[in-house]
Amino acid sequence: MKYYVMMLCFLFFNITQSQNCNSSFYGEIHDFHDGTPIINATIFIENLNQYTTSDIDGKFSVPNLCDGQITIVVSHLACETKRLDIQVKGETFLIINLEHHIEELNEVEVTGSINPKLTKTSQETLLKTETIERYSSLNLGDALKQVSGVSSINTGSTIVKPVINGLHSSRIIVMTNGVRLQDQDWGIEHAPNIDLNTAGSITVLKGANALAYGGDAIGGVIVMEPSKIKLKDSLYGKTIISGHTNGRGYSFNTSLTKTYQKGWYVGAQASMKRFGDFEAPDYSLTNTGLNAKGFSINGGYKTFEQGFNVNYSFLDNETAILKSAHIGNIEDLVNAINSPEPLVIEDFSYDINAPKQEVTHQILKASFYKRFKNFGRLEVQYDFQNNQRYEYDIRVGDDENKPSIDLTLKTHTLKTNLKLDANSNFTYNLGINAGYQNNFANPSTGVRRLIPDYDKYDFGAFIISNYRINNDVHLDFGIRYDYNQIDAKKYYLTSRWEERGYDVDFNDIVIEDLGTQLLTNPNFEYHNISASAGVSYKINDTNSFIFNYGLSNRAPNPSELFSDGLHHSAARIELGDLRMEQETSNRVSGSYNYKNKALSLNLEAFYNHISDYIFIEPTGVEYTNRGAFPVWSYNQTNAALYGLDLTANYNFNTQWFFKNKSSYIKGNDLSQNEDLIDIPSIKTVNILGYSNEKWLHFNTELQSELVFRQNDYPNNNFEVYIPTIEETVEVDISTTPPTYHLLHLQSNITLDVSKKTDVNIGLNITNIFNTNYRENLNRLRYFADDLGRNIMLQLKLNY
Amino acid sequence: MKTLKNTLFLLLATVVFSACSSDDDNPAPVNEEEVITTLTASLTPVGGGTTITLQSQDLDGDGPDAPVITVSSPLAINTTYNASLELLNETESPAESINEEIEEEDDEHQFFYQASNDIATFTYLDFDADGNPVGLEFTVTTAATAGSGNITITLRHEPSKDASGVSDGDITNAGGETDIQAVFPVTLQ
Repeated sequence: MKYYVMMLCFLFFNITQSQNCNSSFYGEIHDFHDGTPIINATIFIENLNQYTTSDIDGKFSVPNLCDGQITIVVSHLACETKRLDIQVKGETFLIINLEHHIEELNEVEVTGSINPKLTKTSQETLLKTETIERYSSLNLGDALKQVSGVSSINTGSTIVKPVINGLHSSRIIVMTNGVRLQDQDWGIEHAPNIDLNTAGSITVLKGANALAYGGDAIGGVIVMEPSKIKLKDSLYGKTIISGHTNGRGYSFNTSLTKTYQKGWYVGAQASMKRFGDFEAPDYSLTNTGLNAKGFSINGGYKTFEQGFNVNYSFLDNETAILKSAHIGNIEDLVNAINSPEPLVIEDFSYDINAPKQEVTHQILKASFYKRFKNFGRLEVQYDFQNNQRYEYDIRVGDDENKPSIDLTLKTHTLKTNLKLDANSNFTYNLGINAGYQNNFANPSTGVRRLIPDYDKYDFGAFIISNYRINNDVHLDFGIRYDYNQIDAKKYYLTSRWEERGYDVDFNDIVIEDLGTQLLTNPNFEYHNISASAGVSYKINDTNSFIFNYGLSNRAPNPSELFSDGLHHSAARIELGDLRMEQETSNRVSGSYNYKNKALSLNLEAFYNHISDYIFIEPTGVEYTNRGAFPVWSYNQTNAALYGLDLTANYNFNTQWFFKNKSSYIKGNDLSQNEDLIDIPSIKTVNILGYSNEKWLHFNTELQSELVFRQNDYPNNNFEVYIPTIEETVEVDISTTPPTYHLLHLQSNITLDVSKKTDVNIGLNITNIFNTNYRENLNRLRYFADDLGRNIMLQLKLNY
Repeated sequence: MKTLKNTLFLLLATVVFSACSSDDDNPAPVNEEEVITTLTASLTPVGGGTTITLQSQDLDGDGPDAPVITVSSPLAINTTYNASLELLNETESPAESINEEIEEEDDEHQFFYQASNDIATFTYLDFDADGNPVGLEFTVTTAATAGSGNITITLRHEPSKDASGVSDGDITNAGGETDIQAVFPVTLQ
């Protein structure tokens, strides 16, 4: 009964409404950013199928409307199209704000669209989803090597750390989905804990100019962004499956996203990777497998004016380290260097035995943004990261299954960012961040702590401005201040404390004397100033330039301050120094870009002067009951790095193309007048490609990778008496491996299964000729050859 | 009421949280568990006589201090000694014997003995389950002429005991990882 009454009421109401058709709807259309009127915008009244446009003042009117709801679609060239439901009653007035920075929202289909640059005046390179997917079963470091000037420092083939213009570890910031990765990045054998599959795009920024991410990125910044959410009612996903002959590896990655036009979205992604022992051309690399698992969930709400995002990701990597690389003393190292083959070669196995590492990384992030009309965009973000790192050495007895290193690093970061873009010719970006980090080194390992327990407090504030002089000239200025405090509790062996001279300089920080060990409380503060300035100038459609300057300071990391003890995998004693000061980099760089129909060319040059550059060098030999060990100490010097990166692309026609990527870099220790260690070799990659849309979207590339021998290296060789052969020998740890040339093939086809589903089948062969080689920046080069041929088959489903 | 409850809970949480964070006890010291600080070889002449000890003691483990090497007295020429090794971790108190660990995993361990200037030869007396030598017990036979040289004792973990010469005490092909290496200057008279 009630139902009918309601129906009746409703009907009556409707009738009365439809009777008044003398109403009108009028309004103004404004630019959201600066409030200026938008001329010639189209206003389409959907349910009446009626059009009108805005006049010179942005005004429009629709007369003779009946009261009730209408749906209008407002659109303008280069603007976001807006759809609104409006209740018309009498004279209805509305101001409609349109957004012309459409790229920021990316409502449009991403395919074919150009991703916006993160900065206007930095040397930046973008890796697109397509490239990332090709490396789905590999590492971040492998994918980044596609960028000219980016190389990697490896421990075997599964622990890959990116190197930007010769700098790595704490000198590089890795951003993932807006979060600065905090995962004990100081160690050379600590690869970034990132699942490449979570990224939709990766941008590499060379140098420290992108101050919004941090002030200490002397090397550069790697920014990983998730795939853009499309604001429409949709459910989409992709699955990548791949199999490898080398290491008999297989990997699986899948993701599913549900989006709503209103702005809500939710997505999940999961991946796994499993490899057994890899193979060099002539032998099996025993104990080099990998077992990785990860997943992430992502959800939120997004409109132009406001939104929020909550994201959680989990990654667990269990990585075996070549068994022959585990050595006891310097004699074992000499034996390993002199042996043409690794000393342990066993049959293939998926087993992951000690030495190995197992790292779990979790990130929880929540962010919120709101746009204010005529003002800008405010964003607040909180993130929490938990990094659990176990390293297992070959141990005996009860300790056999106990880790040697058990570190838990917890980081909380709160940051807020305000972008003022009301005037599109002058935009400002300012932000502050505060962080707290706690490191806990579990004493139950029964091994003296490599990194002590500490609390770290960070605070940073920055302001960046961008001036658009005209369409061809952009200017950037930025300044940033960072405060870092590290409050540690560390045990020193009394003998080491005295040997370092700390009993003289740091006597006041001893809080407990246990006889053979001292408990100390180092508490250091650092104030860092960074600045950047840049200009981009587009001469005409074919030629453009970028120049920039960056000043940055980096506080010493815990390893540089506190390292103290035997590093088994390197057979050396590593010593940090409490007296370490922060390092200061002054970097100037310039880029030239040429582009015409067939040829595109990008040439990047840089000179980076780093005062108080922190590096590790051999300083003597110490004797223990295990035998002799070289001592490597962290020291500071003045250094200069400079180089040239080239990327060139030539299209012969629509099907054939040729590409070259080359990089040249030199590093000098200016104080000691010698070469810097671990500088990437000169490298040139030539690619011949062919693609034909008609043959199932066939693409193929033949890649030639030529890496020259590094001739500029410091001589760190040392002499040591080897008792078993009763001889004093020179330990050659410096001589670099010879030049090598590798040939790779990549090809793929795409089958369109249905309108929304396609299958991409890829076949990649790396090291086609199974060439024997060793890479200078692979720390296992003393022990074994690098990887032999690998054939990978990859299946990619988009739906 | 509910608000009060919530406030109380919040208060409690704050107390617990701050109690945890302000209660930052000093971290516990770590005494290296696997460090072999002391290697002692006791050499007793067959048929009786004074026991000679060769000792390498490094109480700060991997610290900067070098091991202290002591040889109690010169060895006699033309003499066979029954020798045994004792390995200790003296950073723990009481000192922990490492011998047991080696005996338990004797197939993964082997000692090697070498003498320069041919001042002595060595024979294994103990063997693992596969019949391969271990070397905690051995004999030393000195040369017939007086002289001096070094006796080197090396312990390898996971050596290839089947490799050529290894079971005869030749370290050349042994591989594995060095756990201990001590050089004793000795005189024969």
